[in-house]
Amino acid sequence: MPVLTLAAVRDVRQLSASVWKMTLYSPELARPAKPGQFVHIKCGEGNFLRRPISVCNAQGDTLTLVFERKGAGTRYLSERRAGEKLDILGPLGNGFELRKGRYLLVGGGIGVPPLLYAAKSAESADAVLGFRTKDAVILEDEFRAACGEVTVATDDGSYGTYGTIAAPLREMLASGGYAGVLACGPRAMLRAVAEICAEHSVPCQVSMEERMGCGVGACLVCACKTREGGARAMRRVCKDGPVFWAEEVCW
Amino acid sequence: MADLNVTFAGVPFKTPVVVASGTFGFGREYGEIFDLSRLGGICVKGLTLRPRLGNPPPRIAETPMGILNSVGLQNPGVDRFIEEELPYLKTLGTNIIANISGETVEEYAEMAEKLSDAGVDLIEVNISCPNVKAGGAAFGTSCDAAASVTRAVKRAARVPVMVKLTPNVTDIAEIARAVEDAGADAVSLINTLLGMRIDINTRRPVLKNNTGGLSGPAVFPVAVRMVWQVRRAVKIPICGMGGISTGEDAVEMMLAGADIVAVGTALFRDPFAAIRVTEGIVRYLDEHQIENVTEITGKVLLN
Repeated sequence: MPVLTLAAVRDVRQLSASVWKMTLYSPELARPAKPGQFVHIKCGEGNFLRRPISVCNAQGDTLTLVFERKGAGTRYLSERRAGEKLDILGPLGNGFELRKGRYLLVGGGIGVPPLLYAAKSAESADAVLGFRTKDAVILEDEFRAACGEVTVATDDGSYGTYGTIAAPLREMLASGGYAGVLACGPRAMLRAVAEICAEHSVPCQVSMEERMGCGVGACLVCACKTREGGARAMRRVCKDGPVFWAEEVCW
Repeated sequence: MADLNVTFAGVPFKTPVVVASGTFGFGREYGEIFDLSRLGGICVKGLTLRPRLGNPPPRIAETPMGILNSVGLQNPGVDRFIEEELPYLKTLGTNIIANISGETVEEYAEMAEKLSDAGVDLIEVNISCPNVKAGGAAFGTSCDAAASVTRAVKRAARVPVMVKLTPNVTDIAEIARAVEDAGADAVSLINTLLGMRIDINTRRPVLKNNTGGLSGPAVFPVAVRMVWQVRRAVKIPICGMGGISTGEDAVEMMLAGADIVAVGTALFRDPFAAIRVTEGIVRYLDEHQIENVTEITGKVLLN
């Protein structure tokens, strides 16, 4: 059951050129939040729509959000100060389904933060994290603390493994023993992860992104085309997702 | 406290505030957030005879104080609605208004018949959807086509019929008169205004469908003006909508001529918007010592 609440900002800090981390005090949001869910935040008077931001972590009464400053809404969020309150609807959406066993987390860019809460919630986890370049790398220490093996890859080779997440993902899947893969990142990356997981017969869950309206599943603007059995369907990213089984998504 | 009861097209409404089609699904999602019996009614997501997948995403673009949408009537079809959604909706203690769209006049009539049998309280005939290729607004932009759809639905329906008008016409009053003459029990207006946004970096429209319907506070003054024009043109009751987000907005729309109002896009910003609008109307009526909300309809004092 989502709630509409005023959450107190505890801290806002910049993690990279375009990424900010916000810590909020909100028992109503933090306690029920599950990995892969998101919250829908009112961003001042000038931005009509709320902004959906994934839960990066929820511990006790504290909710952590990590977001990219892309436009006016996320700029507003990045400019909040400790003590201010934000009007937030949440927690929303269908998160990751975690069972027993070891999970492999695959994140790309701003798709990395939502996997941190999954890492902390899984029985055990390894991670492959992809970024454009060294300066864009975020949350590496947090993942190293929460995971067993962590591989960081950069597209330009300026840090960690050179190239995309594909090669390290293949290597780690070949070593076997994963209960599943949880992935979040750009659509092209998710598609590649889905294909690699299919090759290795490892169940894969992907967290999809789409422009949203209501955030609760009523307005049908955030559609993701899926197939269920033989039938194609338009599922709601905000309600049926954002996490879908990779084999259901029509890429 | 002021009396909010309104009889609209013969149907009793316990408040004059309903939620607009396309913004509220079939009620289940907002039903997790607030008590839906506090609404005057629910206009359900637009239905078609057969299921529709709708348009490809992105289907929404933000605008100054509003949004564009291009959902394209995604819905499970009228039969599955009657089977899977209507039983739940009927338990909610509020009026259920079925919104229907057809590609042909015959499709509208067939749906009206099915929904009358299934026991909805009112049928809203959508001749104004800007996001579909066949049917939709094509029926709403000509007096003859609007009248022929209305006549066909009236013949088939055994519940009151409200026709939803598009603002994308030269003279909305003329269309309203045509549907009144064809037997409509009420009209609702406005549907969305056709709009477009372009990403200047990619030079591509933000919406995959290129164009979409504008709604939200940005359209409010246009909606007030059109409700006022239609009020002067017809005698049948009006459900006024378009950018209402506060009780004051609703009062303004009623002064322009609306008997009831619909809240839609405002819900995306505030899920409780329809409740706050209702409370705002009560506050206004009490402050002005008006006993019944019906007393303000059409009571604008012209300059």
